[in-house]
Amino acid sequence: MRRTFVENRVAALGGLAVVLTAAALALIIFYVPNDADQGFSQRIFYFHVPIALTSYACFGWGAWKALRVLWKRDEHADVESYVAIHQGVVFGALTLITGSIWARASWGVWWSWGENQLVLFLVLFLFYCAYFMLRFSLEPGRSRANMSAVYALFGVVLIPVSFLAIRLSQKFIHPVVFNAHGPQMSGSQFLTFCVSLAAMLSLFAALYHVELAGKRLDSHLRELRELLT
Amino acid sequence: MTYVGDVAALARKDLLLELRAKETLPSMVLFVLAALTIFHFALPRGAGHHAALGLLWAALIFTALLGLTRAFVAEREQGMFDALILAPCDRSAIWLGKTIAVFAFLVCAEIVALPAFAAFFSGIDGRTIAAVALADVGICTVGTLFGAMAVAGRARELLLPLLFLPVAIPIVIGGVGGYLWFLALYDALFGVLAWAAFEYVVAEV
Repeated sequence: MRRTFVENRVAALGGLAVVLTAAALALIIFYVPNDADQGFSQRIFYFHVPIALTSYACFGWGAWKALRVLWKRDEHADVESYVAIHQGVVFGALTLITGSIWARASWGVWWSWGENQLVLFLVLFLFYCAYFMLRFSLEPGRSRANMSAVYALFGVVLIPVSFLAIRLSQKFIHPVVFNAHGPQMSGSQFLTFCVSLAAMLSLFAALYHVELAGKRLDSHLRELRELLT
Repeated sequence: MTYVGDVAALARKDLLLELRAKETLPSMVLFVLAALTIFHFALPRGAGHHAALGLLWAALIFTALLGLTRAFVAEREQGMFDALILAPCDRSAIWLGKTIAVFAFLVCAEIVALPAFAAFFSGIDGRTIAAVALADVGICTVGTLFGAMAVAGRARELLLPLLFLPVAIPIVIGGVGGYLWFLALYDALFGVLAWAAFEYVVAEV
């Protein structure tokens, strides 16, 4: 009974992600007006920013699960935290790639140190890649769960600290889309943005559950094997 | 014993060990001097004060890394970790004692490195010295925690730079820019986090 529910949830989330991504693509290509300043290339914004926000959501979710590892001694939270951070690194890499393409299209360079978000993602990318190095260098067990959790928690503190640091060091002017007066977008742009964000978040949820199901199956199989021998 | 007494005893142990073996500090001093010499030749002729100052920060971070890598060697090679965990003291006292010892080594290395920098390059001002002092606190608090994590793994010495350098990027930004308030904020945030987290790192070794 529970199993069918889990399988259905993965299928439902996957379906939702496909529908929303298709809707977002359609809106981005056919619906949204061209940007007055940057023209067609600005449309990558509707993927770049939602992917970046999703990546933050992944890291935040991973840190929340890490907190549960340390606080509630929740055994399942360890693999959940790992899977969320794994997805976060995938989305983070996509952010770096889409950001780089956008920088090329609008400023003519592949990389700009003046772009705060891009530099922040580079720092986070390095940080969370080290998370995997740490995790794979330790023996599985309670101690590894604790250390990975501590490192994951350092990550969520590092995000605002690095952001502040990079902002202090900035030289160029980065387009600020969200400020104290709310989003600086027209209605149609905001709608497309929201659909795209929902698409990316549901994609993350679907991938998260797929990978988690795989990991659980893996450990289940290992337990069965140990029973056999 | 009180918490302060525990910390003082643990820090004293590390300082005494260093005083007798003289392993870490001489290598840190030599390393930082060699690094500054390399930077002199790496910089183009006529490079400004800011370029040299940036390299000073790179040298300090790597020197600190050298000391941090050595920090838990005795614990690891002589199985001292188990003894320390069995000792009737708060686990965070182990971290604080080690942090104080590493901080002392780093400050000693900098007492040589900063005048050497001033002599080799373009002088040094009070703001930089204050920034270095504040940065040392952040480097040692975070670095000691990560050092304890790194020695538990298979990769060991290889792991610490990977864990530590991404977290050290804000220190370099704050230090090069001379943002003392930012460095103080960093120290407070990561100091408290490392202090609270250390217990979990050594809980089940």
